[in-house]
Amino acid sequence: MHVDEIKNGIVIDHIVPGKAKQIYEMLGLGRLNSPVAVLMNVPSSKMGRKDIIKIDENIEIDLDVLGYISPHITVDIVKDGKVEDKKHIELPEELTDILVCKNPRCITSTEQEIHHVFRLTDRKTGVYRCLYCDTAATK
Amino acid sequence: MRNLIDILDLSVDEINALIAVANDIIAHPEMYREKCRYKKLATLFFEPSTRTRLSFEAAMMELGGNVLGFSEASSSSSSKGESVADTIAVVSGYADIIAMRHPKEGAPIVAAAKSSVPIINAGDGGHHHPTQTLTDLLTISRVKGRLNDLTIGVCGDLKFGRTVHSLIAAMSRYEGIRFVLISPEELKLPRYVKETHIKAKGISYQQTESLDEAIGMLDILYMTRVQRERFFNEEDYIRLKDSYILTPEKLVQAKEDLCILHPLPRVNEISTAVDSDSRACYFEQARYGKFIRMALILKLLEVE
Ligand SMILES: [Zn+2]
Repeated sequence: MHVDEIKNGIVIDHIVPGKAKQIYEMLGLGRLNSPVAVLMNVPSSKMGRKDIIKIDENIEIDLDVLGYISPHITVDIVKDGKVEDKKHIELPEELTDILVCKNPRCITSTEQEIHHVFRLTDRKTGVYRCLYCDTAATK
Repeated sequence: MRNLIDILDLSVDEINALIAVANDIIAHPEMYREKCRYKKLATLFFEPSTRTRLSFEAAMMELGGNVLGFSEASSSSSSKGESVADTIAVVSGYADIIAMRHPKEGAPIVAAAKSSVPIINAGDGGHHHPTQTLTDLLTISRVKGRLNDLTIGVCGDLKFGRTVHSLIAAMSRYEGIRFVLISPEELKLPRYVKETHIKAKGISYQQTESLDEAIGMLDILYMTRVQRERFFNEEDYIRLKDSYILTPEKLVQAKEDLCILHPLPRVNEISTAVDSDSRACYFEQARYGKFIRMALILKLLEVE
């Protein structure tokens, strides 16, 4: 399988296999005019298998979303065919308006114009809890 | 400016200092009668809790201050859909300090973000109730003369009982504490509470379904209510309810200096026949609630 190298754009690499679809959805990549390649189950020496997303445009992306869905992801910013910046993404400390608290007793269920904030409470297990009610987020 | 949302917002030193002030207030109430003159406490009770509200109001009055507020949401603008943030933005312009109770978890965090005056969480749903925990700690320290080296039994609904979770969080920071967790299988302490506050600190604990088995080893027995609606079926409830009722017969096995606590109100989990036992401390506990709230108001208003 062959997908053209991109000249200007973003390569999201080392995605846990199967998670590329979720990232595609959460970043809203379907709304772009530029081509987006989603490669799934690509052989990897480090991970066995991995997913990759190539975006043929330099857009602003929410790195926190990536870190949350699949930690240890790498993001390459490509300009004029060269990798200009390589970012290693880890679990973010805080997620704002990415997850919604599902606890019906939480103040976020009734208060208007409130940010949904989740904090990483256990880096080992990747557990995030609602800032307001401490309910753990479910992936 | 400080708020009190969760008991862990206070360090052990700060809690000990509050207890020292409360003890001084109990010993010399006349010294504190003018401390909050011309200050106003707003009690915003979006859900009713008469006991807690009266305790706060009595505390402010004994400090020479005034109180204003509402005691249920239907008499306030929040029943017309006003947000917590807006209510607080308005009220913090009238009062010097706010004690609020709200049925939704985390409401005081929203309030604190908006408020220009200190916020005290007087209970947010099933989540936190820090002034209850301060009351529990003041009572234990007065009755036992210490907050370390104690075997603390918590009994009843450990799953949903927020007062138990906060008590465990607060007491696990003192030396030489042992916990005995007494509950039916269905109402066991949630794993994250155990992991965060007991296991992570290497505190010794045991779990049992039998109050009879545990009662003899305890210095403190903290009773909570086992509610019918927490059970999946009536059969389990009927089978278990009587095993978590404290009676004079059960107390035969207990230490002479056991201290029995309950956040109140009780329904039937402590038989009224226990009330006259010298080990019953729950009414004293309710009385101490006012003094620790006085100490807290002084601290948050930074009154010397
Ligand atoms: Zn929440």
